[in-house]
Amino acid sequence: MAAKFDLTDNSVVVVIGSGAGGGTLSNELAQKGIKVVLLEAGARNEIEDFVNNEWESFTNISWLDKRTTSGSWRVAKDFPNLPAWIVKSVGGSTVHWAGASLRFQEHEFKIRTTYGEIAGANLLDWPITLQEMEPYYERAEDKMGVTGTHGIPRLPGNNNFKVLAAGAKKVGYQTVHTGNMAINSQPRDGRGSCQQIGFCFQGCKSGAKWSTLYTEIPKGEATGNLEVRPNSQVLKIEHNDKGLVTGVVYADKQGQQQHQAARVVCVAGNSIESPRLLLNSASSKFPDGLANSSGQVGKNYMRHTTGSVYGIFDKPVHMYRGTTMAGIVRDEAVYKPERGFAGGFELETLSLGLPFMAAFLDPGAWGPDFCSAMDAYSHMAGMWIVGEDMPQETNRITLHATEKDAFGLPIPDVHFDDHANDTAMRNYAFKQGSAIYEAVGATRTIHTPPYPSTHNLGTNRMSEKPQDGVVNKHGQTHDIANLFVSDGSQFTSGAAENPTLTIVALAIRQAEYIADQMGKKAI
Amino acid sequence: MNQASLKRRDFLIGSSTLLASLAVMGTTGIVMAPDGAWAVSTTVLSSQETATLIKFARAIYPHKKLKDAIYANVAHSLDDKASKNDQLKTTLQQGIAQLQQSKFASLNQAKQLAALKDMETTPFFQSVRGECVTGIYNNPEVWKIFGYEGPSAELGGYIHRGFNDLAWLKDA
Repeated sequence: MAAKFDLTDNSVVVVIGSGAGGGTLSNELAQKGIKVVLLEAGARNEIEDFVNNEWESFTNISWLDKRTTSGSWRVAKDFPNLPAWIVKSVGGSTVHWAGASLRFQEHEFKIRTTYGEIAGANLLDWPITLQEMEPYYERAEDKMGVTGTHGIPRLPGNNNFKVLAAGAKKVGYQTVHTGNMAINSQPRDGRGSCQQIGFCFQGCKSGAKWSTLYTEIPKGEATGNLEVRPNSQVLKIEHNDKGLVTGVVYADKQGQQQHQAARVVCVAGNSIESPRLLLNSASSKFPDGLANSSGQVGKNYMRHTTGSVYGIFDKPVHMYRGTTMAGIVRDEAVYKPERGFAGGFELETLSLGLPFMAAFLDPGAWGPDFCSAMDAYSHMAGMWIVGEDMPQETNRITLHATEKDAFGLPIPDVHFDDHANDTAMRNYAFKQGSAIYEAVGATRTIHTPPYPSTHNLGTNRMSEKPQDGVVNKHGQTHDIANLFVSDGSQFTSGAAENPTLTIVALAIRQAEYIADQMGKKAI
Repeated sequence: MNQASLKRRDFLIGSSTLLASLAVMGTTGIVMAPDGAWAVSTTVLSSQETATLIKFARAIYPHKKLKDAIYANVAHSLDDKASKNDQLKTTLQQGIAQLQQSKFASLNQAKQLAALKDMETTPFFQSVRGECVTGIYNNPEVWKIFGYEGPSAELGGYIHRGFNDLAWLKDA
């Protein structure tokens, strides 16, 4: 039975955000007998509410609150008020994600040591190692049912994968397969297997893809220790004279402000809202925002070095049939500086439906050239570049100087400039992507600029030393013992891999730590 | 029945039914296909303005495989929005007047393209272009023509409908 806690109950852990980090953490804590109030800004849309329609779904579940952008990234020109393509709904961006679940590599936890100093980049080693993370990766993969792990078979490849795989093999790539996906290839954990519907980004209608919405959250509720409050947007985290957090102020469905007391607060609102909330919670005691003695809150915003390559062929592909991210080439996800950049990248299939292809193929484009590409839609194959981008202090989330949201709070501005390393990687990856498709007969390849960010990372980063970052190796803020960060904003660096598996593994690990610290009355 | 209750797709139906229902609605413009296959009614734009707008939309996104009905649909949506937005109404009417002045519709394709290039940053161009992106490519009629099959969940996905039917690659 779902719990119901009093607003004045100061024994609860308040978790803000119900995605990969917050949704997982809430369930893990509830399973340990800890009382949790989970506040989610979005509505509780269930599987039956999902629609196989790109624009309609986008309108229904995206985070569309106004944001501004600055910097030289093209998103700022084409989508000035949509820096990120993420979800405002129970389940957060696990509703929208494609399901790729890859572990970070050993060297990717130690990029300052491995890459050395890179001018203009703010590189730092993580305070944890792959070895420490491995048991949590194991548990995360088991929880999420990741294919290619725990004896779970990989998914069958769709047409888009067939083109990628054949081309990749022709250009000499070795590690090419249908990925490690948190999508059931066979029935598991009370959920059925993938029906190759497509529309992974619009919410999985069969529930084969792992999402906290219909796994972690109902499991947590079944313990009687978890209360989920949708339509509850947290505006401010409050603290006492001792500098410990005491609760949160949130706006409920009616827009009424409520105060929920808390023993511990965990912030998991994704890498734009999480730092925004800390900054908007500034007080006379913490004039620069909560947990910001380092000045690093909001800084080092990362979004992965991305881009897409679409290939046009003489014969049909129908890339949109089946899983959106249907396969991967991993050979370039290595440290090999002779390519002209540090860090590696993955190449993963990706498809868009006709409506989104028109919007994203070359945003703003028109005319005969654009139309001739669109005319070939059914003969297109597509891939997405996911590469490690460089953390830079100047890439950051700040509070807008003048613009306010419906609650009178400053909206966030997202500033981003590519580092020279990012640009070099993208150009190289574009070339390799084209080579893959040309090897199997592409008559034309198109390099599509990055979409609004789906992998938003790094804005409350983990650090060994308090002066270098916002949280310690458990996601606990350096400044405030009972305030935690539980989403991808903790990432010290982005690695080449899609972030969700690491967010989930960190949440499992953090739940153990919080339970331990609560047991010892340390928090 | 009022104007607002008529959904966009209603304007792609056979024109005879449509004209019957339009007679009572204070319509200011009607553009019909020469073969009578479709008709579009407008409340803000005149028939002539609408006809120009249809040609303009096609010039921006010139797909030979799309009939004028698709572009007429875009014109209708813009007209509908202009009926609730005075600024858009002015932008459209002034933009269309300039097109008519420069005899845009009768220019050859190369000259049309050059003219479009010159005006691509104007609010008029961007309003029409933006409407085209959804009006053309989010239209289920267009999906079929482009070989995009659209929603699949209610059909059981593609697991038995060709998700891996590609056979033209030897190694795949």
